[in-house]
Amino acid sequence: MHILVLLKMVPDVVEDLEIASDGKGLDLDYLRMILSESDDHALEQALLLKERHGGKVTVLALDAPEVDDALFTAAAKGADRVVKVVGMDAGFTTRQAAGFFSQVIADQAGLLPADLILTGVQAIDDLDGLVAPLVADEFRMPYLGIITGIMVDASGKTARAIKEFPSGVRGEFEVKLPAVLGVQAAEKPPRYVPVAKVRAAMKSGKIESAEVPTLVDGGWLAVNIMEMKRNEPASQAEMLEGPTEQVCNTLCGILAGRGLV
Amino acid sequence: MSTCPVTLETLPQSKEGREILTCLQCGVCAGTCPYGEVMDYPPRRMIAMMRAGMLEKVFTSDSLLACVACYACMAKCPRGIRLTEILLPLMKEQTLAHLPELPGELQKALQNTLRYGNPMGEPSRKRAAWVKTAGVPIRILAEDRRPADVLWFVECYTSYYPRGQDNSRATARLFHRIGIDFAILGNEEKCAGECGRLTWEPGLFETLMDYNMAVFQKYEFNRVVTSCPHAHNAFKNRYPALGFNWGLEHVTPFLARYLDRLKPVLTRKLPYTVTYHDSCCLGRQNEFYEAPRQLLEAIPGVRLTEMVHNRVNAICCGGGGGGMWLDTYFKAKGYERLSERRVKEAVKMGADVLAVSCPYEVSRFEDALKVLGFDKRMIVRDVTELLAEAMEE
Amino acid sequence: MTGSICVLAEQWRGRISEVTYEALALGREVADRGGVQLTAILTGCNCREMTRMLGAADSVVYVDHALLAEMVPQTCADALVQVFAGARPRVLLVPLTNISLGIGTLVGIRMGVPVINFCKDVTISGDRLEAHCVMYGGKIEATVEAGAPSGPQPAVLGLWPGARTADKGRAERDVPVTDMPVVLDDARAIRLCRYIEPEAGDVDLTKEEALVAVGRGVQDRGNLPLVEELAKALGGAVCGSRPVIDQGWLPLSRQIGKSGLTVKPKLYVALGISGAPEHVEGMKDAGLIVAVNSDAHAPIFSVAHYGIVGDVLETLPALTAAIEARKAAAPHA
Repeated sequence: MHILVLLKMVPDVVEDLEIASDGKGLDLDYLRMILSESDDHALEQALLLKERHGGKVTVLALDAPEVDDALFTAAAKGADRVVKVVGMDAGFTTRQAAGFFSQVIADQAGLLPADLILTGVQAIDDLDGLVAPLVADEFRMPYLGIITGIMVDASGKTARAIKEFPSGVRGEFEVKLPAVLGVQAAEKPPRYVPVAKVRAAMKSGKIESAEVPTLVDGGWLAVNIMEMKRNEPASQAEMLEGPTEQVCNTLCGILAGRGLV
Repeated sequence: MSTCPVTLETLPQSKEGREILTCLQCGVCAGTCPYGEVMDYPPRRMIAMMRAGMLEKVFTSDSLLACVACYACMAKCPRGIRLTEILLPLMKEQTLAHLPELPGELQKALQNTLRYGNPMGEPSRKRAAWVKTAGVPIRILAEDRRPADVLWFVECYTSYYPRGQDNSRATARLFHRIGIDFAILGNEEKCAGECGRLTWEPGLFETLMDYNMAVFQKYEFNRVVTSCPHAHNAFKNRYPALGFNWGLEHVTPFLARYLDRLKPVLTRKLPYTVTYHDSCCLGRQNEFYEAPRQLLEAIPGVRLTEMVHNRVNAICCGGGGGGMWLDTYFKAKGYERLSERRVKEAVKMGADVLAVSCPYEVSRFEDALKVLGFDKRMIVRDVTELLAEAMEE
Repeated sequence: MTGSICVLAEQWRGRISEVTYEALALGREVADRGGVQLTAILTGCNCREMTRMLGAADSVVYVDHALLAEMVPQTCADALVQVFAGARPRVLLVPLTNISLGIGTLVGIRMGVPVINFCKDVTISGDRLEAHCVMYGGKIEATVEAGAPSGPQPAVLGLWPGARTADKGRAERDVPVTDMPVVLDDARAIRLCRYIEPEAGDVDLTKEEALVAVGRGVQDRGNLPLVEELAKALGGAVCGSRPVIDQGWLPLSRQIGKSGLTVKPKLYVALGISGAPEHVEGMKDAGLIVAVNSDAHAPIFSVAHYGIVGDVLETLPALTAAIEARKAAAPHA
């Protein structure tokens, strides 16, 4: 079977996010990019399926700082082919990202046919849409999101996908292949790959490039960020300050006052 | 580049291989190993398997995860076989290739070290945040490129953890007081690498070494002094191959050399009964047994008492070899935490203070004291913290 | 319906979701300010009686079809496109939850209109529509405009839970209902086979009066006993955010948030939890929320009533000790 995995880099929120001087976006100088967490799970799920059923995993990632690391790591983990989508202006939205993916999937040799297209269910910067349903609609494939398990039937024509609902309930769906699935979590946490293997992939492996032609301007679909600022939470909670013991006593007093202790 | 000079293929013909094969099968290694009882293959058995051509079995067991790289076996081997330096790293590398996966916590620590330069996953931009709270001026080379005598390599726990920062503040005050011309790398600093832990990740070690050497080469300094014994050993044993040729010392023996300047300023009396825990890296590996004791004895009011297992016989805190991140794994297997074993011994001596000189030990022993309920009876302090406390302003 | 404010109602297992009422509350405000109608849209199969629950709206459009029994995103979007074929709304509010995720995106692309996710608020004045969103795991606030070169465009807004209080959108009454037939493709590309219920936990967290929740900030599974002590001192139970459950420190029955439980205890203590929206969704209505986190900028502090910036592992035992001391000093108080 052939599984296509779509990856996107997003700002790493471990580092403090700073706002750019124009107040409309993030300060790129202080930004580090990291693979979107659910995309990492999508890759892991693809590799698990490959281990179970054989076949190939092709990874597509959109050009961004530190994307090469992500692609070489994917190769070291077992992806058979890694392709970087290049040629677009920085600062693209999710809707445009889905467009880039779709164009390259259609134009580049060997990406289709695929039995499954996997990507993360939602990234922290998916402001104007989600990649999975957009790509699914482009290729008229079925789509389901918030997936935490996938089993491909022996015929290879359908898959059972586990989707999460509220309150810990899960639903098992039968999905006709080829399909696009938005992965919430892989059946196992993303595997570890020793740095030595990634370095070896860097030396011997190859990242293919796929140029994307400029998209037709969908200006009327666009969303514009007018202003961005840090969410300053401290103004909302009453912050208790001081040495630990003192703070705990104060808090204890508050709880007692409410009859909670 | 591998952690040790031989590979599985070259071992039989090599001098190191012949050294290993002189093993008497006496079992002192297994007997002295803190986890000897729980390991499927302590060194003695490993060598027996080697002779029997059955090494595969060793690699496919997870026995080597229990090795905390404490050097006890190597220190006691009557043949002087370099177990911790040659045999164990080799076996660990092979195990790594065969293990389906490393335990999650350790993996995360390794991933964090690669991405953020510290095992805690804290942002690199916060590494030098503690400097503002030091109370004495601390020069950061990226901001002030003048040459310095000492490059103080602070390291991760001593930069990010509150208790580690206590140690750093104390060290800075001491350096300042005795007139050391020092500077730090600040946010440019990344983990130096720890030989024991990074046997599981030689590629990561290479990445860190490449990075740190490039940073060192930007600045001018005479020697490196570090708060972390693991960093000390990495610089001593691995970095020279990449051109590291500066003077090198750990903070404790370094301060001991300046005892003549230190003693006069240690004027506050600390009426503590102190027992000193010899860390594996400083102690067995480098035989720095007396320097920390000299420093402690220089503090007025301190009464030193020795644990039964001291100096070469000290019991490891369990943090090396990746052990710092394997507590959950060990607990699941039912192993006793080595830090708890050690703390019980310390408490038995009736000491008020357990003195240490490795950043891992502070958090490990403080945890152990809490878990065992001894935290009202004994506190843990780094030697530098005690010295600074004895220094009146 | 043209130019109205529309809310997509979520129905699942015979109930309207709480987020739907939140969306209705917001929709009501926007509709009233703009002097336009608020219309709720309910899709389902044989569930017309649920339209009564959508009384906060001026009217309800009910779409009945066997294929709409479950809210499968593509099928639901198909239905909505047909609903709007003759009359395009000004705004469609779609909840961003496990039930509805994806529907908004599909409606947007099929109708050729902008989509704005992570919304907590929206203001419309004339042609301008401004959405107030919280992005990057809750750390960044953004004001976002939907591009409108020529006159007002419909926009689809993906609503985060917690935008408004559900009670403000709850009103049970006989609201005017329009039945809208739709034609849906019966290719059965996606079919629900069965639900898998969660294993019955030892504790029903929704009944606990006090909950102590742990996140990644608790650092090690080995620290859980300390957490349990605090929970015991407070007479409550331990629960966790998703990462902690994923790592296996706590069973699935203890998960709070988007894919877990929604709870409303009198006291919720969040330890080492950053406050990403997926978790906050499950606990924002707790009576008193206390958060401890080492990051002063953690989003949890915007939902907590009291906050402590500090080392979780240091604060935790100190808090337990303080509570035990108070209980000892004032028995049966």
